Amino acid sequence: MKYLDEFSDPDLARRLVEEIRATVTRPWAMMEVCGGQTHSIIRHGIDQLLPDEIEMIHGPGCPVCVTPLEIIDKAMEIASRPDVTFCSFGDMLRVPGSDKDLFRIKSAGGDVRVVYSPLDALKLARENPDRQVVFFGIGFETTAPPNAMTVYQAQKLGIDNFSLLVSHVRVPPAIEAIMQSPTCRVQGFLAAGHVCSVMGTEEYPALAEAFKVPIVVTGFEPLDILEGIRLTVHQLEKGEHRVENAYQRAVPAEGNPAAKAMLADVFEVTDRSWRGIGMIPQSGWRLSERYREYDAEHRFDVADITTQESTVCRSGEVLQGLIKPHDCSAFGTLCTPRNPLGATMVSSEGACAAYYLYRRLDAPAKREVSSVG
Amino acid sequence: MCLAVPGRVLDIREQDETLMATVDFGGVLKDVCLQYVPDIEVGDYTIVHVGFALQRLDEESAQQTLANFRAMGELELEFGDAWGRAAAEAGMPRPAGTTNGEEKST
Ligand code: SF4
Repeated sequence: MKYLDEFSDPDLARRLVEEIRATVTRPWAMMEVCGGQTHSIIRHGIDQLLPDEIEMIHGPGCPVCVTPLEIIDKAMEIASRPDVTFCSFGDMLRVPGSDKDLFRIKSAGGDVRVVYSPLDALKLARENPDRQVVFFGIGFETTAPPNAMTVYQAQKLGIDNFSLLVSHVRVPPAIEAIMQSPTCRVQGFLAAGHVCSVMGTEEYPALAEAFKVPIVVTGFEPLDILEGIRLTVHQLEKGEHRVENAYQRAVPAEGNPAAKAMLADVFEVTDRSWRGIGMIPQSGWRLSERYREYDAEHRFDVADITTQESTVCRSGEVLQGLIKPHDCSAFGTLCTPRNPLGATMVSSEGACAAYYLYRRLDAPAKREVSSVG
Repeated sequence: MCLAVPGRVLDIREQDETLMATVDFGGVLKDVCLQYVPDIEVGDYTIVHVGFALQRLDEESAQQTLANFRAMGELELEFGDAWGRAAAEAGMPRPAGTTNGEEKST
């Protein structure tokens, strides 16, 4: 009852669920790539409204979760230095490094700042020429253009006490890696809407073709997600594998050309490690030659960091959709948002935290659509 | 941080050769960079991510998304008191020098 009534248009939601039910003839597993979508699916109980045949697999699209431990430890090392003002988005504060997090560094007197925008960090650098200001540049194609612009401006304005600790990642190579895994069960993708607001849809037809997998660009609101699922199910049932755009109000096919041009200038594609998953070729960005002096890893000597991953945490398997959070023995006991063992329990976009927050302590009970309304 | 929040452009100015705007997110005002959507005008709605406008959006969708984000607590996550939240989650006191909401810039 509660779930469908929370939708902004319960009647439309009910019609979408009913159409999905009427279309499905056999089991399908589809992955929502973006952590924001995972959060929305769990928060609104979308997985429980769907027919039993449809399984939603949570994807690796939480930037906080996939930032490798090595980079987190480098951030801790840099943030602990007395001459450094370390700036980050708020959701990185409690991501566990090998032995501390940014919150604890601040509590111990370190100069860690939460900023809303990377431009706020650049402003701090300008106002404090005697400090080294470092911004923690994590995120997917949505976050990379703002950070690229900030580095471009730092160079243009001659602000040389600013640098970026870069850990940017790209979605298409991750989709490729997931499909190439021998244990892959994904049969369709809900692609991340705001990533596509920037990049457009051009990168996806080749993937849909190569892996014979439908890819539907999807937004974040409950109705957007139901519509994305509806279109994916239609394709799967008909044996099709196209790219469709269910988020046209925010995603033109060409994306955002100005943002793409800035990305191409400031960054270059490189191999990147994903926390819990490992190295994915060509899956990230680093600063291009022209901007390398703004790379915090070059500016500070942090090359020899060694890391210590939790031996219990199975977030890598969660991120690849191989297990659900409650399949991990530490879920809700050793590992909670207060004492997270892995990043997927820290970020509100992480699958473990979403399951914990909305009391999915064990396998979800199915909800009858007929009992609704 | 991976969500982008719709807001309404209140004014447009140039700052360090960069297009900037004040954007209203249902009552919360923020400085936003418009370099990636240079043809946007005062009164338009736009999707903003970490202080950068990424695409234009129609008013109806923008209002609906804002209402939904408010109901889901997303606006508080995006603009609220990050240190206070982290302290509560860690079960530790708020670090010295942090204030509720905006941090001082020096
Ligand atoms: S519940 Fe905790 S320990 Fe288990 S996979 Fe999730 S983050 Fe890792």
